Amino acid sequence: MSDAATGTTAPAPAPSAALLAVPRSGWHVATVASTRRETPNASRIELEVDGWPGNAAGQHLDVRLTAPDGYTATRSYSIASSGAGTRVTIAVDKLPDGEVSPYLVDEVRAGDMLEVHGPLGAFFVWAPDAADAAAAGEARPVQLIAGGSGVVPLYAMAEAHGAAHDLTSFRLLYSVRSPDDVYFADELRRLAEASAALQLDLVYTRRSPAGWPTPPARITREVLEAAVIPAAERPRVFVCGSTGFVERVADWLVELGHDARSIRTERYGGT
Amino acid sequence: MQHVDGNALAGPLAEFFSFDLTTAIARCSGCGAVGELARTMVYRSGAGTVVRCSECDQVLATLVETADRAWIGLSGISAIEVPRG
Repeated sequence: MSDAATGTTAPAPAPSAALLAVPRSGWHVATVASTRRETPNASRIELEVDGWPGNAAGQHLDVRLTAPDGYTATRSYSIASSGAGTRVTIAVDKLPDGEVSPYLVDEVRAGDMLEVHGPLGAFFVWAPDAADAAAAGEARPVQLIAGGSGVVPLYAMAEAHGAAHDLTSFRLLYSVRSPDDVYFADELRRLAEASAALQLDLVYTRRSPAGWPTPPARITREVLEAAVIPAAERPRVFVCGSTGFVERVADWLVELGHDARSIRTERYGGT
Repeated sequence: MQHVDGNALAGPLAEFFSFDLTTAIARCSGCGAVGELARTMVYRSGAGTVVRCSECDQVLATLVETADRAWIGLSGISAIEVPRG
């Protein structure tokens, strides 16, 4: 309900987005297939999920941990992978006072079992459809904007875009503390090198690589304007990050002339 | 605790509805704003979840989950539209 138009006559969203078919969700038992450090503060966890129906790029799942006394804690994590099959990859950032993420980042080992609910969410998703859209003259460029670990569902979209050899123009603006904190760094570089249709723009907020042209700083409206597809090209925009990051960026995008209905946001909370 | 948004309702709402309701269009009974449930603001605590209109802050829905029950109130939603087909 963040739409700028609050009148009751506001048009419904594009049917293609609303009707996008996503697999039916359910509770599943997942076995941890592998874990690895993603960044100094995050782990990449590959799950083998019995009965998983596949998922669209951008969807999430809920992980439920149950203590011996019956206490449960459930948290949502974006899925970094997409498509058919029962292998699902998540990347989890450790929250210092978290109940679930410290366990997932530091304790979980291959062979451990987790309860997961998913795939979840049909709003913050992208599916390769450029051939149909292009034929109908409806292909619109896609702008992805990530803050920190908010890159996970956007990486899934970029990866699906590359795997489908989709010709839709994609641009990913990724705000991250330092080079060490980049999620899927090698994969993103390879995707951008392999496809002229994907452009990757990094903004470092605390520490830049040697020789980087600009000093580290948080994204400003001016940086945003310079690094995103202009409003005149009517991009579909996906923004994911901390609540503060997402709301700042979304407000600036509207000020820069982007249609609020073309901006889809996902807030993970945090600071 | 910092709020999140209606995307996070996909899991809890699956207890009540057999399809993804976060893309359904809801109308706020307070200000008349319409938009996908994914665009609402969501405040979670140990006591439950409060869903608020992002335009006027009115409470749209409340959810409470316990080990053996799930409860939802939809006091601030005057209409819901879902796509057919």
